Amino acid sequence: MERYYQPEIECAPREEIVRLQSERLVKQIRRVYDNVSYYRKKMEEKGVTPDDIKGIEDLYKLPFLSKYDLRDAYPYGLLGAPLGDCVRIHSTSGTTGKRVIAFYTQHDIDLWDDCCARALVAAGATRDDVCQVAYGYGLFTGGFGLNGGSHKVGCLTVPISSGNTDRQIMFIQDLNATVLCCTPSYAAYLGERMKELGMGPDDIPLKAGIFGAEAWSEEMRQNIQSTLGIKAYDIYGLTELSGPGVAFECSDQHGMHINEDHFIAEIIDPDTGEVLPEGETGELVITAVDKEAFPMIRYRTRDICSLTREKCPCGRTHVRMSKPKGRTDDMLIIRGVNVFPSQIETVLLNYGYEPNYLIVVDRVNNTDTFEVRVEMTPGMFTDNIGDIQARQNALSAGLQSMLGIRAKVTLLAPKSITRSEGKAVRVIDNRKI
Amino acid sequence: MSTKQISVFLENRPGKLSELTSLLAANDIDLRALSLAETNDFGIARMIVDDAEKAADILARANFMASFSDVLVFEVPDEPGGLNRLLTEFNRADVNIIYMYSFIGGRDKRRAYMIFRVSDTSGAERALSLAGLHTLTQKEMDAI
Repeated sequence: MERYYQPEIECAPREEIVRLQSERLVKQIRRVYDNVSYYRKKMEEKGVTPDDIKGIEDLYKLPFLSKYDLRDAYPYGLLGAPLGDCVRIHSTSGTTGKRVIAFYTQHDIDLWDDCCARALVAAGATRDDVCQVAYGYGLFTGGFGLNGGSHKVGCLTVPISSGNTDRQIMFIQDLNATVLCCTPSYAAYLGERMKELGMGPDDIPLKAGIFGAEAWSEEMRQNIQSTLGIKAYDIYGLTELSGPGVAFECSDQHGMHINEDHFIAEIIDPDTGEVLPEGETGELVITAVDKEAFPMIRYRTRDICSLTREKCPCGRTHVRMSKPKGRTDDMLIIRGVNVFPSQIETVLLNYGYEPNYLIVVDRVNNTDTFEVRVEMTPGMFTDNIGDIQARQNALSAGLQSMLGIRAKVTLLAPKSITRSEGKAVRVIDNRKI
Repeated sequence: MSTKQISVFLENRPGKLSELTSLLAANDIDLRALSLAETNDFGIARMIVDDAEKAADILARANFMASFSDVLVFEVPDEPGGLNRLLTEFNRADVNIIYMYSFIGGRDKRRAYMIFRVSDTSGAERALSLAGLHTLTQKEMDAI
């Protein structure tokens, strides 16, 4: 039996959702126009006033907001509520440019916690569960977001934060943790560490995991599910839009439901900005209709995915987004070809490797070099050079058929790649362009 | 009787081999024979040691990737034609050699030892013993 945290919203009829979105959008646009000079200026430049926005059908008239706007307006320029009403900030790591600082009122925290609670309940969590939050706590949104959701559901919350893997396993065992929240790469590492300790999925009580903050492949899901003996659920979000919980997977594990009472989703052509019809793949654009302190209007997420409003077997009526292939920031252009690390991960796992890899790109004599380094598992190694070379060639061919370009494959000994406790570093791009 | 050989994967970068040898030295493991095979990207150190089980355990704990294989060791007189006589028997017995290496010395300096990795170890052993050739046991290896 599917369970919901807020069934009256999560399973509301479509027309009810659209009505709510329209009502909130109209109010939100009026509010930001009146209170945020940065937005007002952008709207004036586009020749649009709050009176032009009568419902979500008018969304397309509004200007986009991009990470460049966030950079220009740093830190207070997009603040939508008086600082006195704000109770917290979170911040991005700043790895892909300028750090983003997002502000929250208590109302914003509540709605964010609700979104995370919906994700937890969809993953099967109840007040009788023990939820171990192994996302980092601090400026990063992962820890606090799932922590808040876990409280709302009434789980016993274990705010262990990231790191100290052996202690993580000990807490899971000693406190009977049934739900784990962390990055997928850290979940995979936990599984690896358990194997080293001679433990299998039956030695831990976990039944579900909520893993986000990184693009991960379907193959990675299978890997985590079998090593930890759980169901692994994806969760989506950005600091700019609260954090995790913008969208989440249900028991059907077939796309993530976007919390449409708070977020309106569009897919656009990233080059032209044109809105694409349902089902087409493009850049996800999100409008937060009732966030107060950091109201993002038509925010370009840089995530590439598609949307579907097809009926979901779980009973939720909110639109589903496909698993993003990755953020356009993470996309590599190698010899003119677009490459997402998650595509490489798919190939590696299909060929029996563990998700421990590094992509190294450089430029030699004006040509891009592209190397994939991956650890072998002990079972793959034999004393025969030919066997290993055959492995290397097979993987290289597999990558070429997925990506359309040749990669040099370097096989490494186990444990030669540094493990991450939060967001994994998968790419080293040494090109100076 | 075949002998246990340990093969160790070595990434192709300076210091990797000495990392291996210093680990063995620190744990008092005696190398009886060693051969290196290399490609542009990686190498494989194949070795026969005095305590294979212990070596495997230590290597695994230091995150070296290792595998065991059975090899055949023959004693060959260190004189012209010594190896050729042995290989003629291999030919007759239709034994396919994947790789081989040698070590010379031990207590009897006139003897050389040849280590063979063949495609069908037990079949080869049978055929060669019918031809009157003796493969060294682990014990005999240790006594050299």
